[in-house]
Amino acid sequence: MGTYIIVVIYFAVIGFLGWKGYRGTKTDLDYMVAGRNVHPYVMAMSYGATFISTSAIVGFGGAAGVFGMGLLWLTFLNIFVGIFLAFVVFGGRTRQMGHHLDAHTFPELMGLRYRSRFIQGFSGLVIFLFMPLYTAAVLIGAAQFIATKFAINYEVALFGFATIVAIYVIMGGLKGVMYTDALQGSIMLIGMAILLIITYRLLGGVTEAHTSLAELSDKVPPPLKAGGHQGWTSMPAFGTPFWWMLVSTIIMGVGIGVLAMPQLAVRYMTVRSKRELNRAVLVGGIFVLAMTGVAFVVGSLSNVYFFRTTGKISIAAAQGDVSRIIPEYIKAAMPSWFGLLFLLTLLAAAMSTISSQFHAMGTSIGRDFYEKGLRGGKNTSGSIGVTRIGILAAIILSVFLGYWLQQNYGKQGMSIIARGTAIFFGLCASTFLPMYFGGLFTRRITRAGAIAGMLVGFASSVFWLGFVLKIKGKMPALLAQACFGKDSILDGSQTGFILWDQVDPLFIAFPLAVIVTILVSFLTKPMPKEHIDHCFQDINN
Amino acid sequence: MFGIESTSIALAYLLCILSTILCVVYGIVTWNKGGLKKLDEEDRLWLEEEKELEKEL
Repeated sequence: MGTYIIVVIYFAVIGFLGWKGYRGTKTDLDYMVAGRNVHPYVMAMSYGATFISTSAIVGFGGAAGVFGMGLLWLTFLNIFVGIFLAFVVFGGRTRQMGHHLDAHTFPELMGLRYRSRFIQGFSGLVIFLFMPLYTAAVLIGAAQFIATKFAINYEVALFGFATIVAIYVIMGGLKGVMYTDALQGSIMLIGMAILLIITYRLLGGVTEAHTSLAELSDKVPPPLKAGGHQGWTSMPAFGTPFWWMLVSTIIMGVGIGVLAMPQLAVRYMTVRSKRELNRAVLVGGIFVLAMTGVAFVVGSLSNVYFFRTTGKISIAAAQGDVSRIIPEYIKAAMPSWFGLLFLLTLLAAAMSTISSQFHAMGTSIGRDFYEKGLRGGKNTSGSIGVTRIGILAAIILSVFLGYWLQQNYGKQGMSIIARGTAIFFGLCASTFLPMYFGGLFTRRITRAGAIAGMLVGFASSVFWLGFVLKIKGKMPALLAQACFGKDSILDGSQTGFILWDQVDPLFIAFPLAVIVTILVSFLTKPMPKEHIDHCFQDINN
Repeated sequence: MFGIESTSIALAYLLCILSTILCVVYGIVTWNKGGLKKLDEEDRLWLEEEKELEKEL
């Protein structure tokens, strides 16, 4: 009963802060310079709460329970690429160019930079159609924890949580009010800090915990060993299926993809100045370390705890369900009051990320695809309706995917949350990153080059996902199976250390997109000088 | 290092901490740099459009 009361109080506080923030911004100037009187801590926490979700904590934390501490390479990329490079290198330019061009969404920025309605419309459609995969990953993470914490069915937890999120979004959560995000970020920070401290104390200290984990390497089950697993404090053997999955999909897909995430790029445009981006680097770095770093270390170390208490490794203790490793660990190892704090942590992480995802999906279908892409900015009276129907459709699709993925693949020892997230991040990197980077840093990339690169990046990603990439014994390439009755059209083929059916689409589609973008740009006429000068005004290039 | 024998994992652990320190140092050094002194016309126009968009949502 006490748990329910605290959750209700939490929602009441979140609602109050949202209402206060909404009332607090009365004028345009207030809105624009909201940062003026806001403590930098509040501002940076709100960034962090959007970056990190239940996908990172429960999904990738669970994946660390299987793969081990190799996932810390992803934490390094999250901090160095996702925070440092993103804010220092991409952030300032995105903000400046966005304001010069009067762009308000990521597809719009690209469309205006290259003077192409097609780019805006197509990008909007890709985001709208594929982001539900990422939203589903976030929902699965939250629902798994709720199901474990309250000992209820996964389906009940999923639908219940999705309903709460939908109500929150409909009641105005979409505005992403800074104080709400900041509170959520703070809860997440405290929750994860306590989780790390208690875990290391339980296992006898930092060095002792790591040494015990290393000693478990002979307990790796034979099927994992056959795939290349060498223990939880070692990387998988080079060139094995496990190595390809960890390095090409989980580490690189997410680590690089973060640069071209539409809902994060929008954040750069809404800050008041470059100074806010600089300040956010400080707290953002600490925040991401505290979130993903802690989740991956604790996920790995859960093996020591479960082995000491039950004689099983984590994936066995979670009955083969990767996304249950973190919830089961918290239930078994942490004091009960922490379960409640962690529940709030996860609710906070899911809410803040999902509201930014719905914001991105709503604007993608309403403004980018319908209003600008289809109607060319004329006669846009129906765009509000399209946006709302779009958001509703996105919610339904995300919940369905959360149900379907878990039903079909959840109990096979496959990290569906991590893969769902990685697929979306990789797709964004291949489709958007060449033209985004080219648009911000060079004057020479042409409209034709950008369009060609975007289409090649998207098509080759989808082709590779549908026909080539498979997870041995767990998930075939679905289109290859439907069309040719095979798990992959490149089933088992190998060139040197490259196992083609294990290579992530990012490694094929991204280089192809880069090459095509550059080649076509050099074969076509540069964009008008006055347009380029306008885009790069006050930007040193 | 930290009880982790594998060099590649220990390196990842160390790089996580070092990259966080980089972020902290960068944030401190540039804390007051790049501030906007006043809103120009372009920012005002951008802002009006953004408010419209928020209303639609």
